[in-house]
Amino acid sequence: MKYIDGKIGWLLLLALGIVFPFIAAGNDYYLTVMATAYIFAIATIGLNLITGYTGQFNLAHSGFMAVGAYTVGILTVDHNVPFWIAFALSGFVAAGLGFFVGLVSLRLKGHFFSIFTMCVGYIMYLLIEKWESLTHGTVGIMGIPAPSPIAGFEFESPRQQYYLVLFFLALAVFFMHRIANSLMGRTFMAIRNGDDLAEALGINLMRNKVLAFMLSVFYAGLAGGLYAGFVRFLGPGIASVEHTFDMTMYMLVGGIGTLLGPLLGAIGVPWITQYLQFLQDYRFVVFGPLLIILVIFVPHGIVGSYLGWKARNASRIANQNAVRQTPAAGVVGHSQQKGSSHA
Amino acid sequence: MLEIHNLTKRFGGLSAVHDVSISFEKNKINAIIGPNGAGKTTFFNLISGAIAPTSGKIIFDDKDVTGLRADQVAQLGVSRTFQATTLFDRASVLDNLIVGHRLRTRSGLMDVLLNTGRLKEEERICRVKAQEALDFVGLSHVSHRIAADISQEERKRVAFALALATEPKMLLLDEPAGGVNPEETVGIAELIQKLVKHGMTVCLIEHKMDMIMNLADKIMVLNYGEKIAEGTPAQIRSNPIVIEAYLGSENAAA
Amino acid sequence: MLILEQILNGLTLGGVYSLVALGLTLVYGIMHVPNFAHGAFYMVGAFAAFFFMSSFGLNYWIAMAGAGVVVALIAVLAERLVFHPLRHHEGLHHMIAAIGILLFLEATAQAMFGADFRRMTTPYAGIVSMGGVTLPSQRLLIIVAAFALMLALHLFLRKTTTGATIIAMAQNRDGAALVGIDANRVAMMTFAISGVLAAVAATLYAPINLVYPAMGNLVITKAFVIIVLGGMGSVPGAILGGLIIGFAESFGAFYISTDYKDIIAFVLLVLVLSVRPQGLFTTGAR
Repeated sequence: MKYIDGKIGWLLLLALGIVFPFIAAGNDYYLTVMATAYIFAIATIGLNLITGYTGQFNLAHSGFMAVGAYTVGILTVDHNVPFWIAFALSGFVAAGLGFFVGLVSLRLKGHFFSIFTMCVGYIMYLLIEKWESLTHGTVGIMGIPAPSPIAGFEFESPRQQYYLVLFFLALAVFFMHRIANSLMGRTFMAIRNGDDLAEALGINLMRNKVLAFMLSVFYAGLAGGLYAGFVRFLGPGIASVEHTFDMTMYMLVGGIGTLLGPLLGAIGVPWITQYLQFLQDYRFVVFGPLLIILVIFVPHGIVGSYLGWKARNASRIANQNAVRQTPAAGVVGHSQQKGSSHA
Repeated sequence: MLEIHNLTKRFGGLSAVHDVSISFEKNKINAIIGPNGAGKTTFFNLISGAIAPTSGKIIFDDKDVTGLRADQVAQLGVSRTFQATTLFDRASVLDNLIVGHRLRTRSGLMDVLLNTGRLKEEERICRVKAQEALDFVGLSHVSHRIAADISQEERKRVAFALALATEPKMLLLDEPAGGVNPEETVGIAELIQKLVKHGMTVCLIEHKMDMIMNLADKIMVLNYGEKIAEGTPAQIRSNPIVIEAYLGSENAAA
Repeated sequence: MLILEQILNGLTLGGVYSLVALGLTLVYGIMHVPNFAHGAFYMVGAFAAFFFMSSFGLNYWIAMAGAGVVVALIAVLAERLVFHPLRHHEGLHHMIAAIGILLFLEATAQAMFGADFRRMTTPYAGIVSMGGVTLPSQRLLIIVAAFALMLALHLFLRKTTTGATIIAMAQNRDGAALVGIDANRVAMMTFAISGVLAAVAATLYAPINLVYPAMGNLVITKAFVIIVLGGMGSVPGAILGGLIIGFAESFGAFYISTDYKDIIAFVLLVLVLSVRPQGLFTTGAR
């Protein structure tokens, strides 16, 4: 029953997404805001895989998004590669780079990993900025073509592009759902809960961590590729660590380590920012403290807190309904105290 | 089942474990005891593959497993519990156990992305194994309880269940009765005996002497990283070197 | 002659980096928290000094002292309001919270002063001639002031009781508590010191650089490289590491490329950690 519940919920969300352009009554600006939110949602969902599910906070994430974006930008503008081929490559180039970065960085844990990836992210940003022959440096890449038509579908207008991005978002969520709820997802979470125990359970830490890392930056690269085709010009700014901070904010608000959380956060927070237009450039004057307050008081985010509450409820009910087995003689099978005393 | 030859582990200049040799028989309960800091947990870490030895050999089930990683050792059938079990406190107990059988499954990325029949079957098996393990340790009634809500003793049993789900041949139990009251300790001891009755070999570290004396078939005593005695509970109890080691450390503390 | 200039340049950079890294490593040694907001402390220090000098016409040194006070206050507030409540949380939350502080301070600075680059004028704009070598006064000043401050810090840590409490807590938090050392007081003091170090470093360096809201980002990232290489929580490691990076950048900029000089520190880190995941010097503090 829970499974059907979940499915209906997702389909409902998808339906909302499909209907949105009509609600927005053809307002191109709203469509652009939403589509941009979707693009970053894809990247955020990726970040959630390595950080929320596997427990390693990757501060180079936006660097990989830039890699995907620049793959599309460089190939289409400088080498006249058709958009879709370049786009298909964007995720894989990011994942390929992610393999090497992951191999080196994932031997580190906790703070060290985050510091290391922060530096990797900086290297990526600096390289994009300075390697002018490849990336056009600070001038950036302009005139990236819109996605070329496929099977009669065109992607020139904001509405068409909106649906294209929605399509990929739906795919991204669909596969992440599969990953998260599978044995593989459980493996990642076991690693997050405790490296040592996971290894004692026969889980190959490096192999799984690198896999999670590659998958997560694949999402980032793909989002970057979409970004390139959508915004049509690129600058080094896309690699800035600020975007990773933004995505961290989305994850935290929505709920780290959940599936719906990052999605909700990535869509909700930009819209809230929209309403606080006057804050646009100074949004972090509000969001900075908000981040801190959330981390201290609501660390599981909206979805996380809800799921925790729901699980508590279900557990309570299951307890009341469960038949208590009489434990083996001499054992108190159901002790009320946690951590009984012992001299 | 488990043969240790001249096992040594040095950290910098310090020998945490020095030249320990012993063999543990199949289907028996083996205990490792010793004063605090004797090197017992380091010894466990060496056998389970969590750390690599400086020198020496470890033979498990006639296979040389020296220097293998912990996950490789687990694959071969050695499962271990920790003093503190890191569970996902926000999920149910059963949920936590499902990953225990993962090491016996083959599904990879493609299986997950395509949601193949193999994945579905393996997930079903993992769930069944989890429930079986939970039943074995007598905790079927808490399978849907949130992991954060169970008692310390139940947590110890869940650790057992996790180890069991890996389908091990040998279990390394690190202080299985730690933080548990005397009545519950008896229950844990009975559970250990049940494990052996079902074909498993058990090695445990414990500080509770009465439990060890009543439970173990063979005891090894470590002090300052060296083996100072081995034998049956009766032999160990009356061994002057052992008594000295324990009394000596008590005197030092006094 | 050129070599001498490069060496002096390296000392300048190294001095500034070491001061920043020292603050960072002290905090890590006590709290086991990588304070990602440290770069923002640095930036606030520069802006505070700039503000004191331009709006109140205060003397360079007084402005620096004032900046030290301002940042020390902010650092202590950060410790009390953010890190203290999080002391039982997992590491990820510490990092996110530090990022929150960083973003807040940067955005506030931008709101108050705008995103433009500012020049900080200094009374030491001239040059000094010593034995045939000409050196900008400010650089000389940086070297002298930075190392004087490091010496003062060293004396403070080693020779005073308060300093000893900091070291004690860095080495063994529980043991220190048992001996009656007030963890809260030490934490606040450590943060305050780290703030002062950052503010002084920023005010020293600003006149030969520029003042802008994002100025702390690059510096802090390099400071992290330094303390990872030198050993998290190690004071001599921070100083040595700062000098190494300072020299590497100075010589690298001159002999290899000015464009990519900023990457040198990070490449060094990547190389070292690839070979030795535990860092160059494993410190006893952690």
